[in-house]
Amino acid sequence: MAASDYDVAVVGGGLVGAATAWGLAREGCRVALLDEGDRAVRASRGNFALIWVQSKGLGLAPYAGWTVRSSNAWAAFAQALKEETGLDVCFQRPGGFHLALSEKELEARANVLRRLHNQPGIVDYKTEILDRSQVAKMLPDIGPEVVGGSYCPLDGHVNSLRLFRTLHTAINARGVKYLPSHRVENITKDDGEFRLTTSGGTIRAGRVALAAGNANMRLAPMVGLEAPMKPERGQIVVTERLRPFLNHPVVTVRQTDEGTVMIGDSKEDSTDPSGLTLGVSATEAERAVRLFPLLANVNVVRTWSAIRVMTQDGFPIYDESETHPGAFVLCCHSGVTLAANHALTVAPMIARGALDQTLVAPFSARRFHVQEAG
Amino acid sequence: MFKRLGDSGATLTLSVDGRSIRARIGDTVAAAMLAAGIDHCRTTPVSGAPRAPYCLMGACFDCLVTVDGVGNRQGCLVPVREGMTIETQLGKREAGR
Ligand code: FES
Repeated sequence: MAASDYDVAVVGGGLVGAATAWGLAREGCRVALLDEGDRAVRASRGNFALIWVQSKGLGLAPYAGWTVRSSNAWAAFAQALKEETGLDVCFQRPGGFHLALSEKELEARANVLRRLHNQPGIVDYKTEILDRSQVAKMLPDIGPEVVGGSYCPLDGHVNSLRLFRTLHTAINARGVKYLPSHRVENITKDDGEFRLTTSGGTIRAGRVALAAGNANMRLAPMVGLEAPMKPERGQIVVTERLRPFLNHPVVTVRQTDEGTVMIGDSKEDSTDPSGLTLGVSATEAERAVRLFPLLANVNVVRTWSAIRVMTQDGFPIYDESETHPGAFVLCCHSGVTLAANHALTVAPMIARGALDQTLVAPFSARRFHVQEAG
Repeated sequence: MFKRLGDSGATLTLSVDGRSIRARIGDTVAAAMLAAGIDHCRTTPVSGAPRAPYCLMGACFDCLVTVDGVGNRQGCLVPVREGMTIETQLGKREAGR
C-alpha cells in the first residue's frame, strides 16, 4: 500500500470543514482541506453567527444535549483559537431572547418550550418564559408591542466574519493543506486508501470526512453514505454601526461587537443565492423596528441573501460508512453553534477512526429510513 | 483655511455644536462648516480620530454629522436651512437619534 499524501482529507472549506480540520490537526493528523473555487455557493459566508441553544431539539431530544455541550465548550474553543492566531472571534454568551409581539405569539412560544421540555431524556437547557417587565430589565429598548419572550442563558454569538478568518488562519498555522479549486468529482477506495478525483488533481488520503454542506448530498453516496438535504434561502439586513444598545442577541436581531445590527431569520424555499426580494427584507426590518423602535431611522448599509445548509429534518447527521470504512459524513445547519463540538469532540473521533456512538448514534442518517418504513 | 470666491448671495444662520455660523443659501452643511473654519465634523467609531469632509460628493462618508438630532447624515449631501442644528458626530451613532 502506498503511503497516502494525507491522513485525512476533509471535503468542504466552510465552518464545519475548517473546525473539523483544525481539530484533526490538533490530534496530530496530516490534513488536506479540499474546497471549491471563488464562485462556490458558500453558506458559511452568509451566517448570522448565533450560538443558539433555545428551541433546538424539538423532535430529537439528544440534539438539545449536543447543542448545550457545544455552547459550553465554546469559551475554551475561542480561547484556544485566540492563543494560536492572536485573533479574537468575540465570543460572548450573555444569554439570548426570542421575543413575542402578542399574547398569542408568547403562548405559542411557551407551547414549543413545553413540548421540548416534556421529551424523555431532555437535558436542562435552562430556557424560561419572561413577561414584559422582566424582559425590559435586560432589554430596555423594547417597543410597546413586546409582551414578553423566552430567555436562555446559554445563547450567545460571535463575530461571523472573524470566525471564518480565524479558523483558516489557525488551520494554516497548524500545517493543514488548504486546497481551493479542488471540487471533488469522484471518490474511490483502493488498497486501503481513498482517492479523491478533483478539478485540481487526485488526492490520496487514509480517511475522508465529508463536510461540504448541501453538497454532501452529492458526495456521500460515493462512499456508501447518505445525506438528505433540503437547502433554503435566508436574507439578512445590516445597519450602520451604532453605539451599543442591545446587550443580548435576539433570534432575529443582534448587535455585533463592532456596532452594526444584523436583522435576519427569513426562510424561503429557494436555492438561488443571488436573489434578494425587497418584500422579505422589508418584512424583517419592519418586525425588527416593532421589537426595537429606535431602529426606525437607522441607515441600512447592506442586505444579502445566502443559502442555509439544512438536512431534511433539520437535525445534524454524523455517520461513518460501513461499505467504505474510514469515510465519515458531517452535516448540520448550525455550523457556528456546533463548531466547538466539531473541533473538540467529532474531530478526535475521526482521528481515532471511529465515531463514539454513545454521543452521536441519534444523529445517524438511518433515522430517515425508519420514517419511510413507518 | 477655505475662502469663498465671491461674496454675493443671501445668507442664513445655523448652529454647530451650539455656536452660530453664517452660511450661504445653496451651501451644503459640509461646505458651510468648512467655510466657517471648522476643521473636523466627526470622530471615527473605531479609533476616535477626527475627520473632515473629504470628497464632497457623497462617496467617502467622512462628512458624517448629526443634523437636527438625526445621526450619521452625510453633511455634503444636505443643503443648509435657516435655524438648522448641527452637532459633531462622535464615534458611532446612537440608535434612536
Ligand atoms: S464628504 Fe465624502 S461623502 Fe461627504
